[in-house]
Amino acid sequence: MNKSLSWLVWVAVALLGASAFGGIALSRGESVNALWFVTAAVCVQALAYRFYAAWVAAKVLCVDETRATPAERLNNGHDFVPTNKWVVFGHHFAAIAGPGPLVGPTLAAQFGYLPGTLWILIGGVLGGAVQDMVTLFFSTRRNGRSLGQMARDELGPIGGVAALVATFLIMVILIAVLGLVVVNAMKNSPWATSTVAATIPIAMIVGLYMYKLRPGRVMDGSLLGVALLLLAVAGGGWIDQQPVLREWFNHPGLPLAWAVIGYGFAAAILPVWLLLAPRDYLSTYMKLGTVILLAIAIVLLHPEVKMPALTRFVDGSGPIFGGALFPFVFITIACGAISGFHSLIASGTTPKLISNERDIRMIGYGGMLLESFVAIMAMVAATVLDPGVFFAINSPAGVVGKEAADAVAKISSWGFPVTVEQMNLLAQQMGEATLFARTGGAPSLAVGMASIFGSAFGHGMLAMWYHFAIMFEAIFILTTLDAGTRVGRFMLQDMLGNVWPKLGETSWYPSVLLTSGIVVAAWGYFLYVGVIDPNGGINILWPLFGISNQILAAIALCVATGILVKSGKLRYAWVTGAPLAWLVIITSTAVWEKVASDDPRIGFLAAARGLADKLTAGTLPPEKAAVAPQLIFNQQLDAALAVFFVALLWLIVVDMLRICARHLANKPVPPLAEAPHEMTRLEEAWQRD
Amino acid sequence: MAARLRQFWRVLRQLSGGDAYERYLAHHAACHPGETPLPHREWFQRREQQKWGGIRRCC
Repeated sequence: MNKSLSWLVWVAVALLGASAFGGIALSRGESVNALWFVTAAVCVQALAYRFYAAWVAAKVLCVDETRATPAERLNNGHDFVPTNKWVVFGHHFAAIAGPGPLVGPTLAAQFGYLPGTLWILIGGVLGGAVQDMVTLFFSTRRNGRSLGQMARDELGPIGGVAALVATFLIMVILIAVLGLVVVNAMKNSPWATSTVAATIPIAMIVGLYMYKLRPGRVMDGSLLGVALLLLAVAGGGWIDQQPVLREWFNHPGLPLAWAVIGYGFAAAILPVWLLLAPRDYLSTYMKLGTVILLAIAIVLLHPEVKMPALTRFVDGSGPIFGGALFPFVFITIACGAISGFHSLIASGTTPKLISNERDIRMIGYGGMLLESFVAIMAMVAATVLDPGVFFAINSPAGVVGKEAADAVAKISSWGFPVTVEQMNLLAQQMGEATLFARTGGAPSLAVGMASIFGSAFGHGMLAMWYHFAIMFEAIFILTTLDAGTRVGRFMLQDMLGNVWPKLGETSWYPSVLLTSGIVVAAWGYFLYVGVIDPNGGINILWPLFGISNQILAAIALCVATGILVKSGKLRYAWVTGAPLAWLVIITSTAVWEKVASDDPRIGFLAAARGLADKLTAGTLPPEKAAVAPQLIFNQQLDAALAVFFVALLWLIVVDMLRICARHLANKPVPPLAEAPHEMTRLEEAWQRD
Repeated sequence: MAARLRQFWRVLRQLSGGDAYERYLAHHAACHPGETPLPHREWFQRREQQKWGGIRRCC
């Protein structure tokens, strides 16, 4: 009886999901309610979690709940600790959830709401969540070894080096693009700049509180910090009203970029307890709080989505970034559907905390589903805006023109009507001088979130909500920037330590300064060029970031597929092999187009050629001619980088296929590095939730 | 009800890391009897330093 009831419920979920999905996909002409997006996402994810993930865990991975996990066997009281599954889930989700799933869907909304939404749901349940879960599982079976170590053990030295190099490069590109998002949100906005600047001393106050005043009291320290952050949002509004004070924080992009670069260097060499650790506590609370608030607001308010299902820009002529729907929607969404970066977390701290293998489905697969859900909400927040407003905020001046009148004329000519008055009124409501050409996703997301929050909780405070949303994004972007620079430094010290052991000492100050400087210079370069680029820089950096992230995911799936084949599970190898094949196709196509396309809006080399021709012909305006040589060099560098990424990918794919072929031909391959089975003794002592 | 609330509070403290030092002391007492555990401040600083030595935050 109970069983048939449960089947009935799941059939109902499937029907509801199918009708929500169909409603979104087939609706033409009239607007769709955002509630359908939430319904479709919840139903699809629930079904995938209940059936597909359960099947993968039971049949493909053969999760064994009697087996002792590394947390139990190697329990040392600090990094290996058997932990309650909700606590591990919380830590894992806080670690994987960053700004990527907020920015990607916002940018991909230029194709319309449909392509991005479909990929977030389908890519998430069949690709991203599978990647996170299998990586977590294989790392748990290998005493929590990292992706790079697993690649080396299971595939050989080539795989290990490829994973290491890819991780380092993706970090550099990631930090640059996130820095650019923050700079574009702060430029010429005293309110946003002063609020973001205030987060630095606030983090330090919290750090001093947690370390000096009341050691280890992270909860009250975090609460104090959150209160101060809210005060900083209001305080920024006050500063914006002061004629003298506001000029201190009123800067164009370039000085702000230098400030971010200087900050990144300082944050990397300061002790973690002073800035990075307390900032992370704050950003985690802000992130969870805001995401929950946004979900409640969307359900309460159920706004109408105004963006069409598909826009004319599916042909590749989009203003925010160039490139056709295939493959660029997949590259742009990136983190919300499949994120290679997660494999680093899933093979880092998380496997050392898991107390029982049966929690892996909830933590690995479930954590990614929640991340995809955040991406769906970002998509909703971007598409409830009038499309004209969305494009006016996100189109760079280099594409639509510097003057407001030119920009609205151009955007309206695409069939997305918008007026200067409308944009001025919106800017005024949001407490900004202008919202034109704020490329990068953060401002349009903030406008979307502010209008949703405003309608759900009162319209009077739109400007406060807007700057709250900007602060919320900036605080965890800056956390990623600090943490990424630090990790990049450790990786560099590790590599340089092979050449000169002294450089490998993580506490030797000259080495710390040198390697931090190199890492900051690497991402600072891309940030600098992104800021001086009149086309906004996002159109170059975001695809490059998406490509590198998807390539890291492909490396993780290569390792997983290799392990599956070597464990005699060839017939299940498609579980990771199919998403892998898809990633190889989209990244290779994207790199091909980014390098070989004749369209200067898409191809790096075509853009470099076009600019060089104009420079020699003398047709560029003087301010553009001054930066043209740097932009030309950068486009060529980006082309080389893209080719290098895809070469790395093919190298590891071929290496994996070679290992699989050798295994199937009964030739010797590196043995499975799985730790031997040991019975768990935790069950009776461990109080399960 | 009270038991539920206590359980919730326990999970909340674990999630936020509020009880980490207590758990360290318990582990220390169980596994290294006779040795003096680190004082709260030193332990906290060392843990934070170690925590940020690897990849902990993503895109």
